[in-house]
Amino acid sequence: MADLKINLAGIKSPNPFWLASAPPTNSGYQVMKAFDAGWGGAVWKTLGVPVVNVSSRYGSVNYRDSRMSGFSNIELITDRPLKDNLREIEEVKKRFPENAVIASLMVETREEWHRIVKDVENAGADGVELNFGCPHGMCERGMGSAVGQEPKVLKTIVGWVKEAATVPVIVKLTPNISDITRPALAACEGGGDAISLINTIQSLVGVDINTFVPYPVVDGKSTNGGYCGPAVKPIAMNMLKNCAKHPGVNIPISGIGGIENWRDAVEFILLGATSVQVCTSVMHYGFGIIREMKAGLASYMDEKGFRTVDDFRGKALPNVMHWEDLNLQYKIVANINEEKCIGCQLCYTACEDGAHQAIGLSADMADRKPFIIEENCVGCNLCSLVCPVEECITMQRRDDGSKHITWKERTLAGDIPKTFDDPLAGGLHHFVPRPSDALEKKKPLHYAG
Amino acid sequence: MSEFTAPHSEEDFERNFSPIKPLMNRTEAYFESSRCLFCYDAPCVKACPTGIDIPLFIRQIHNGNEAGAAHTIYDSNYFGYTCGKVCPVEVLCEGACVYNLQEVKPLEIGRLQSYATSSAIRNEKLYFKAGEKKNKKIAVVGAGPAGISCACELRKEGFEVDVFEAKKIPSGLAVHGIAPYKITNQEVLNEVRYLEKQFGFRIYFESGLTSPDDFVKLGQNYDAVFIGFGLGGTSRLSIEGEDKKNCYGAVEFIEQLRQNHFRMQVPENVIVLGGGNTAMDAASECARMGATVVLAYRRAKEEMGAYEFEYDLAKAAGVKGLFQVAPVRITGNEKAEGVEFVRTRTYNGNLETMPGTEFTLPCEWVIKATGQMKQTGLLSGIKGIEADKKGCIVVHDTSCQTGNPKFFAAGDAVSGGEEVVNAVAAGKKAAAGIITYLNQASGK
Repeated sequence: MADLKINLAGIKSPNPFWLASAPPTNSGYQVMKAFDAGWGGAVWKTLGVPVVNVSSRYGSVNYRDSRMSGFSNIELITDRPLKDNLREIEEVKKRFPENAVIASLMVETREEWHRIVKDVENAGADGVELNFGCPHGMCERGMGSAVGQEPKVLKTIVGWVKEAATVPVIVKLTPNISDITRPALAACEGGGDAISLINTIQSLVGVDINTFVPYPVVDGKSTNGGYCGPAVKPIAMNMLKNCAKHPGVNIPISGIGGIENWRDAVEFILLGATSVQVCTSVMHYGFGIIREMKAGLASYMDEKGFRTVDDFRGKALPNVMHWEDLNLQYKIVANINEEKCIGCQLCYTACEDGAHQAIGLSADMADRKPFIIEENCVGCNLCSLVCPVEECITMQRRDDGSKHITWKERTLAGDIPKTFDDPLAGGLHHFVPRPSDALEKKKPLHYAG
Repeated sequence: MSEFTAPHSEEDFERNFSPIKPLMNRTEAYFESSRCLFCYDAPCVKACPTGIDIPLFIRQIHNGNEAGAAHTIYDSNYFGYTCGKVCPVEVLCEGACVYNLQEVKPLEIGRLQSYATSSAIRNEKLYFKAGEKKNKKIAVVGAGPAGISCACELRKEGFEVDVFEAKKIPSGLAVHGIAPYKITNQEVLNEVRYLEKQFGFRIYFESGLTSPDDFVKLGQNYDAVFIGFGLGGTSRLSIEGEDKKNCYGAVEFIEQLRQNHFRMQVPENVIVLGGGNTAMDAASECARMGATVVLAYRRAKEEMGAYEFEYDLAKAAGVKGLFQVAPVRITGNEKAEGVEFVRTRTYNGNLETMPGTEFTLPCEWVIKATGQMKQTGLLSGIKGIEADKKGCIVVHDTSCQTGNPKFFAAGDAVSGGEEVVNAVAAGKKAAAGIITYLNQASGK
């Protein structure tokens, strides 16, 4: 049986699923309800000098029939007095001693950091998370992402916290920076015990096209917010990978960004996360999603023969290379399973207009099944991605696997294009139709201007 | 026992005839439209006799542009709303949807189409106007889907159009011949009124064009004549007792029901003769009026002309099918009291009766759904017009021109009876033929 327990830099948790510091961890009531439902840990809504929030705080990106595939907020840290939060942390820890309670913190001065760290430790917090990520409102006051974007300042503050802290210190990073490993390294240098990423991405989620006001609307005006939800997952995973692969970043990582099911969690763990933090999907569906997450993770681990989360943590990292180390001899082409094809011709139009004109249609209009023109196919995957039928278009290998040469190797050998019209240009001998052929082709109705 | 109890009020009637394709709301339309794959060269478009750009209008609905969606629909089909409700989509656009091949429910194209067009009609979005006035007059006979579509196209070009309609209200079978659970009178009339507002053709109701001479005069008074008068009353069965009281034609029954609703008295036991879509409608409607209905057809169930889903609808309303039986005579004194049948079988591809197997089923009403008569006789005074063996007007394939160059025809009068959507397509085709003819005549 899979053992879901984890230990992140000394913070123990019955499973890797934590609630991220956000509205779902605003109160003891919510955290207790979450633990009761099965969540392993909770990062308390950021504590500090309580704020005053605006009314109208969230905006969302709805994609086709999916609501909140992207989510943006302009809410600040806790607006509740510290003593109320401390009392509730204590109560939660008493009732749920096995679950991890981590206090997210954001204050300004060294003295404030020292005092608040002591306070939350006394309340029973298992760890602290330094909020250096909030990209709206707080950063304008010199906190949040303003710190995360200045590695030196970040390192100094981590140092201050470490002077006072006896529990593990997690440093939460902002993605609003060009190289995430710089603040990650600064967190290590400052003595941080772990990092967590990503916080939200600075965003403007949409504009009301009738009133010309972006969302969320606050009395006819708006401001930029922090973007999260399923849409940000790929960005989060890339930053996670960058940190996890960096030899200088040698502390555990708590992964955050668009996680909403067990598969997402497995992906984050494969890329090096020890725990995963969840917010948007809980704001969307409630704490009850934990059941599916835990059950899915456990059955995946059982199926793969992983006893603990550590058994597969980082297992995808060796397979992430630099582009220049990829095999240029690898050759795949698309294959359409005619039995499964439903004749929507999305692959045809995608390849025709968006790729390399490597899919043809039968001259017999009644036969709607497209065919692959193998010599034109560059193996880009596009057709297999647009195909609505599972496993209908697959990519099949055509090279025999005996040759392996990378861009780096070709560069060393001087075997790369160097001039604008270099005969070594990769696409030089590849089929490209004549421009005017585009106008002669018969096209369906909606191509008519 | 019928599934339905006889309606005694308009509310009862509405309950028994509640729409099988109710209008979508915005949320339903949003979610349903999100499923469209936006196929390249989509098969649904090809399956539509009027060639509506279906993926485009669905995408427009999805992106909150209902007005644009309605425009896309009306560009191809002036009866966009009506067709969305009454088209046999199962064998047209929805039947062609690629999802069927994946065993996924096809897009509800018909309902999406009615959704978009209903909002255009309600909000009086006007997309068309009459073209620059041309000094040519065309008479359109029949204000059904073929005639009105033809009139719209001609008005768009600026021709003067007078529409002559035998009945008191427009839209032909769309209003008189469609089962009320598919579309209400008001819905059909609203769409025609909406078209009238944009194109400004004149409709003369109860036109009284009843003799060949009337048609000769039309030919003399107009630059071109479009014949879209459809079909006449129910054909005769030519069996004994056919003229007894309480033996009705299906078309006449459906028309009465559409006008009179709950006030129509349908007795407890009804026999419907026939196996086409009209038979299914008549049988379904009687069942929804509280009757116990037997649908009797000469051949096997599989040989019925009706669409499978139409028979399913009838069955769901409680109709019992009786197959391989031919009516011999209608029994009773003054009134029909039953039908005597003889069993049939198919032998060497031919249908033959089996003497000695006669039996009589009692009933209070007999409804004959055995096809409609042709009205081609009205055109006997026009030189050159020909009819085929079945009495349908013979026209040129692409121009819809008859043997008399001034006369064009389309719709059921030519096809012998098809769907509303076919009539719309044919009416437009005839308009194109008329426009070419008139332009040639004026030396253009």
